[in-house]
Amino acid sequence: MAVAIIDSGGANIASLRCALTRLGCEAELTRDAAGIRAASHVLLPGVGAAADAMRRLRDAGLDRVIPDLRQPVLGICLGMQLLFDRSEEGPAGCLGIIDDRISEMRPGRDRPIPHMGWNRVKVVRDSPLFAAIEDETHFYFVHSFAAAACDSTLATSCYGEVFSAAVSRGNFFGTQFHPERSGPAGGRLLQNFLELGS
Amino acid sequence: MGDIVPLAARYRDEGADELVFYDITASPDGRTVSRDWVSRVTEVLDIPFCVAGGIRSVEDAEEILAAGAEKVSINTPALEDPDLIDRMARRFGRQCVVIGIDSQGSDGEYRVASHTGDPERARYGRRPTKEWVREVQDRGAGEIVMNCMNHDGVRTGYDVSHLAEIRDICSVPLIASGGAGAMEHFSQVFQAARVDGALAATVFHSGAIPIGDLKDYLANCGVEIRP
Repeated sequence: MAVAIIDSGGANIASLRCALTRLGCEAELTRDAAGIRAASHVLLPGVGAAADAMRRLRDAGLDRVIPDLRQPVLGICLGMQLLFDRSEEGPAGCLGIIDDRISEMRPGRDRPIPHMGWNRVKVVRDSPLFAAIEDETHFYFVHSFAAAACDSTLATSCYGEVFSAAVSRGNFFGTQFHPERSGPAGGRLLQNFLELGS
Repeated sequence: MGDIVPLAARYRDEGADELVFYDITASPDGRTVSRDWVSRVTEVLDIPFCVAGGIRSVEDAEEILAAGAEKVSINTPALEDPDLIDRMARRFGRQCVVIGIDSQGSDGEYRVASHTGDPERARYGRRPTKEWVREVQDRGAGEIVMNCMNHDGVRTGYDVSHLAEIRDICSVPLIASGGAGAMEHFSQVFQAARVDGALAATVFHSGAIPIGDLKDYLANCGVEIRP
C-alpha cells in the first residue's frame, strides 16, 4: 500500500519526499480523500500559518477525513500543530485530535524567534517512533509556535521554556522538529514511523 | 558546479549543521541560479540548506524553495528593492527569508556594500549597517548573515566587536561570516558575540579545519552544539 503525503501547500515537501526516497519509499503527494484513506501511512507536513493550512485542508474536505484515519499518521512541524484543538496563530481551530492548544513562543535575550536550529530532544515516554535513537539527540527545529508539555507529549525540548518536541495519541504522531532535515537520527525516526503497524 | 553534489555529501558526512550555497556571480550577471542543481542537492542532503545568489523576486525564491531549499538568502536585491523582503516574508514566512549583509568598517563606522560579487560593480558605503539591520528585521527578515568584509578572506578571526554590536540590535538568528582561520575563532565569535551560527568556506573546503574536530573543540569550550 502506498504512503501518502498530504499536500498542505508547504514548501518542505520536496525535502520530505527525498528523505522518504532515501529510505526506499516512494510517497504519493495528494489531497484526495480516498487515496489518503487507502494509504498504509500518512504524513502531514506543513510550513506557514496554521489558519492558511486549515483553510486548505477544509477546502479539500480533509479536516473531517484526517481525524478518522486508523493507519499511522505523522504530522511534521505545522502538521504536528494541526493535530491539536486550536492554535494561537490566527487564531485557528485545528483538527482536534489532541485536546490541547498551540501557543506563541516568547523571545528572550539571545533567544530569537523564530526558533531555528538544532536542539536536544529528551524522550519522556517510550515509543517505537524513537526506537534506536539515543536520548538527547539533536533535531532541527524551525518554528514560532509550540505546544507546552501535555499528556500526549512523547519528547520535549527546551528553548527558554520546555515544549513538546514530539507527541502521540493513538495512531497519530507528531514532531515539532523536521526529521527530514535532522541528519541520520531524523532518517531513523522516519524509518521507525514507516515500520509502525508492520 | 559539476562537483557540487559530492561536495554537499562530504559536508553532510562531516557533520555540518547547515550548508549555504553561494552563486556569487549570479547577481552581477543578472542571472538566477538554475533550479536543477537545487533538486539534486535536496536528494542527498538530510540537513537544512540555504541558497544565495541572483534571487530577485518572490517567483525566483519560490522555485528554489519548492526544489527543496530550506531558506533563500538575498543581499543586493534587498538593497535595491527593500519591499522584496516584506513580500517574501508574507509569501513564505520569515523563517525562509535570510538577509545577507556585506558590512565594511572605516573610521569606526560600518556601512553596507552591494554587488560585492563583482569588483567592478561593487558599491561601498551605501547605508549605515545598524540602520539596515533594523530595517530588514522590521520588514520580515528571519535570519541575518553578517559578512564582515574587513575580515573576509584574511583568516585572522571574525569581527567579534562589530558582530557583538549587531547582536545587541538583532532579535532574529545572527550568523557570523568572514574571517575564520582557526578553531579558536569559532569559540570567540560564539562566546563573545553570542551569534547563533558561524559560517566558513575556505577552512572547511581545504580541510584545514575538519568539521568533526571543530565540533569536539567547541563542545569542550562549553558551546552548545550538535555532536
